[in-house]
Amino acid sequence: MSSVGVLGAVFNLNHPAHTVDWEFIHLSVANVIVIAVMLIVFALAIVLPFPGAASRRAARGRGGSS
Amino acid sequence: MSSVAPDPPATQAPEKSWTVKVREAGVEALPPEKLLPDGQPTYVASWIYMFGVASIASLIVIITSGSILALKGPAWWHYTGVGHFFNSVHLWSVELFFFAMVVHLWGKYWMAAWRGGRSRVWVTGAITFLVAVPAALTGYVSQQNFDAQWISTQAKDGLNSVGVGAFFNVTNFGQMYSYHVLLLPIAVVGLVSAHVLLVRKHGVVPPFKLERRKAALATAASAGHDGSPAGTDGGAQS
Repeated sequence: MSSVGVLGAVFNLNHPAHTVDWEFIHLSVANVIVIAVMLIVFALAIVLPFPGAASRRAARGRGGSS
Repeated sequence: MSSVAPDPPATQAPEKSWTVKVREAGVEALPPEKLLPDGQPTYVASWIYMFGVASIASLIVIITSGSILALKGPAWWHYTGVGHFFNSVHLWSVELFFFAMVVHLWGKYWMAAWRGGRSRVWVTGAITFLVAVPAALTGYVSQQNFDAQWISTQAKDGLNSVGVGAFFNVTNFGQMYSYHVLLLPIAVVGLVSAHVLLVRKHGVVPPFKLERRKAALATAASAGHDGSPAGTDGGAQS
């Protein structure tokens, strides 16, 4: 089975897009999912510490060069 | 008896050529230690900047895959497997570019990245986003398939509704393809380059807490105090 066939088996794309409708807002479900993922990633980018940031601050506090 | 012409006054400096003037202005604006610094402040260790770098990485993939597509011509991506592959790489790198750029833009908005004389840094970043939108749109309408036909007719109605339809014909493949492979990529790459150079020139905006603490220390020092940050919100990140 081709890769297209495998993907076709997972996602049935043979239909019009599902949409979210609220007043004048008209979005495809795919776009809503992408927007939601972006908001989640943004929140995580703010909340999660960057790897190595704490040790870098500590080294800077001790007068290190990093 | 021959006469000798007087020497010109020795105090007059020679006129600088335009190359010297440009070089001196460039080095003054961006000395080498600013252009390629040894390190960055500790508050740059943040995921928000990782998304800015991810935008640039995506843009490099976009330009590379787009150059290959341009070399092979505007039909290759339809009838060959390799063409399909590079078409997909081009599409998904664009998706990643917008994803990373918007997260970076949101972060910089809430950090008020225009503080401290950095307005041009913020403006070049925001305009890059605005210019990237038509760069992507002209790509979608250059696909030469039903998807492109649908998007171009919808875009035509949208552009007509805001009164700019006389300037852009989004159903004209030749015009849109030219915009997509030349004019708009030049604009995006130029803006991103300017943005990065301005970041190097002005430095990354410090966190609010650090900026307030520095201001408090400066005020205390000018008033003759000992400079203690008591009463201010400590916890600056550097």
